[in-house]
Amino acid sequence: MSDLDQTKNGRRPFGAAFIIALGLAMLGALLLWQGFTIPDKGGYAGIGSGAAPKAIGTVLLLLALGHVYAGLKGADGPRAHQNWAAVGWIVFGLLLQLLLLRAVGFSLAAALLFACTARAFGYRKFRALPLGFGLALVVYGIFDGLLKLNLPAGLVEHLIFGG
Amino acid sequence: MEALGFLYQGLATAMDPSLLLYALLGVALGTMVGVLPGIGPALTVALLLPVTYGLDPAGSLIMFAGIYYGGMYGGSTTSILLNTPGESASIVTAIEGNKMARAGRGGPALATAAIGSFVAGLLATLALALIAPTIVKLALIFGPREYFALMVLAFVTVSAAFGDSALKGLTSLFLGLALGLVGIDGLTGQTRLAFGVPQLLDGIEVTTIAVAMFAIGEALFVAARISGADEKVHQITGAVRMSATDWQRSWKAWLRGTAIGFPIGAMPAGGADIASFLSYGTEKRMSKHPEEFGHGAIEGVAGPEAANNAAAAGTLVPLLTLGLPTTATAAIMLAGFQQFGLQPGPLLFVTAPTLVWGLIASLLIANVMLLVLNLPMIRIWIKLLSIPRHWLYAGILLFATLGTIGVNPSPVELMQLTIFGLLGFGMRVMNYPIAPVVVGLILGPMAEQQLRRALAIAQGDWATLVSTPLSAVLLGLAAVALIVPMVLRAGGKGAALAQIGADND
Repeated sequence: MSDLDQTKNGRRPFGAAFIIALGLAMLGALLLWQGFTIPDKGGYAGIGSGAAPKAIGTVLLLLALGHVYAGLKGADGPRAHQNWAAVGWIVFGLLLQLLLLRAVGFSLAAALLFACTARAFGYRKFRALPLGFGLALVVYGIFDGLLKLNLPAGLVEHLIFGG
Repeated sequence: MEALGFLYQGLATAMDPSLLLYALLGVALGTMVGVLPGIGPALTVALLLPVTYGLDPAGSLIMFAGIYYGGMYGGSTTSILLNTPGESASIVTAIEGNKMARAGRGGPALATAAIGSFVAGLLATLALALIAPTIVKLALIFGPREYFALMVLAFVTVSAAFGDSALKGLTSLFLGLALGLVGIDGLTGQTRLAFGVPQLLDGIEVTTIAVAMFAIGEALFVAARISGADEKVHQITGAVRMSATDWQRSWKAWLRGTAIGFPIGAMPAGGADIASFLSYGTEKRMSKHPEEFGHGAIEGVAGPEAANNAAAAGTLVPLLTLGLPTTATAAIMLAGFQQFGLQPGPLLFVTAPTLVWGLIASLLIANVMLLVLNLPMIRIWIKLLSIPRHWLYAGILLFATLGTIGVNPSPVELMQLTIFGLLGFGMRVMNYPIAPVVVGLILGPMAEQQLRRALAIAQGDWATLVSTPLSAVLLGLAAVALIVPMVLRAGGKGAALAQIGADND
C-alpha cells in the first residue's frame, strides 16, 4: 500500500501517467501482434520485415512500464487548467471542413474552420465568417490558379474562377 | 582550395534572377514566421512542401533554406520585444533581450542580434562550404553499419540526451518510429500496419505529422490556455544601432557563439536551441560584467543569437553530406529533397553539383538579404506582432489544412491532421517533446534499412555493428549520451538538462 502512504505525504500517484502507459502498452501490443503476423523471411540478414515492429513494440511496452513506475512515484506536478471549450471549437472546425469540403468547396469549408478557430480564441462576432471566406477565396485563386494546386471547387469557386 | 572554386561557381548559379527571387521569398517568409510567435521554420517548410510540387527544385530548396535562416533571425525580435520566443532557439535570447527592451535598450538588443546572426551565418556557411567536400570523401568509406550507428546517435541526442526526462523523449521518439513503420517495407515490399487502408500504403507523410503536431497542436495548446490579455509589446525607443561599447562587448560573443553553434549543429548533437543555451552559459562565465546577467547583458543576446544561426548552418552539414537530418526542420527539408527525387548524401555532390553549390552559395546571399530585412526594415516586422491572436491562429489553421487538401484531399489525410493535432496538443500539455516524433518518423525507416543491409552483408552476424572503429565509437557515444544524462538526472542535476530541452525546431 505504498501508494496510500505517498498520498499522506502529499505525493499523490500521478494519474495521467497510467493513461499514457495504457496507450503505449496498447500500441506496443499492436506492433508485436503485427510483427508476429506478417510473413517474416529473414534472408541473409536473419531479420526481416517483422523485426522492427517487434523491437519497437517491445520498447513501447518497456516505456509503458516506465510510465507506470513514474506514475507511482508521482513525479509530475499538477497541470494548468485547460480551456476545453476552445479545444472543442477548433476540432469542430476541422471536422466541419473535412465533412463539407467536397460538398461546398474549399473556400466555404475553410471559412468555417477560420471562424471556428477565431471563436476558440475568444472572437465571437459573425464578421469572422465573411473575412475567412474572403481570405480563402484569395488563397484559392493564388494556389489553384497560379501554383496549380488542385483544391476542391464548390459552387462559388465555379462562379468566380470559372473552374 | 577546391571548395572555393565550387563555391564561386555556385555563386554564379545563385545570381540567377529567379533563384534570387526564391531566396528573397524564403528569407522574407522565414523572418515573418520567426517573428510570429507559435509558428517556426519547421512548420513553415512543412506547409510549403506540398505547394512547391510544381516549382523548380533548386529554387524551392533555396527557399526552404532561406526560411530556416530567416526563422533564426526573426525569432530574436519576438524574444526581445515580447518575452515570448518566436521559435525555440530564441528562448535564451528572451532572458537578457527582454530585460534590455524593458530598460529602453531594445534598439541595441535587436541590432546585436541581427548583426550577430549575420556574422555567424556568414562564417558558418563558409565553414559548411569548406568542410562539406571533406565529409563527402569521408562518407565514401561509410557502409550501412556506420550509417546505422550515426542514426542511432542522432536518435539519442534528439530524444534522450536533453530535456526534462529521458522517458518522455524516448516515448516521443518511439512513437515516431512506430508511425514510421506504417506502409510498405522498402526492402521486401511487405505491407505493415496499413490495416487495408489504401491511403496508408504510402506510409504516414512527414508533412502531415509536422503540420498536425506543430500547427494544429500548437493552436490547440495556445487556445486551451487563453488567459485573456495579450502580452505587451515593447516599442523600440531610439534607433536600432549600437554604441561603441556595445560593439566592443558584442563581437567576441558573436565569434564564440559561432564557434559553439556550428560544431553542435554539424554533429548530431542536438539543434540550435542547445547551441544557444551553451553559448549563454559560456558568455555568463566569461563576461567581465557577470552582475549584469539577468538584468539585460548584451553578451547574453549576442552570443546565443550567433550560436543559433551558426547551428542552423551546421545542421546542413550532415543533411547535405550524409542525408542525415538532426533537427525537425532538417527532417522536413529532407522530405523536400525527396519530393524532387533527390537524395542528399555524398552522391548528390557528384550528381547535382550545381544544385548543391548553388544552394550553399545562395545561403551567403540570403544572409545579406536578412541583414537588410532585419536592420533597416525591422519596424515592418514588429507590426506583425500586433496582429490579434484570433486572426493569427485562424489564418495558421487555414494554411495548415491547405497543403494537405491541395495534395491529397482525402478524408483519411484530413482525419490524420485532426488526430495527430490532438496528439500533439496532449504531448505539449504533458511536456513531451515533439521534434523526436518527426525525426523518428523520417529516420526510422532509413535506420531500419541500413541495419538490415549491414546484417545481410555480415550474414546475420550482429557483431558487425561494432566491428569497425568508427561504428563502435559512434554507438559508444550514443550509449554515453543516453546513460550519462540519466545518471545526472538521478543525481538531482537534471534541472540544467531540462533547461536545454530541445523543443520544436
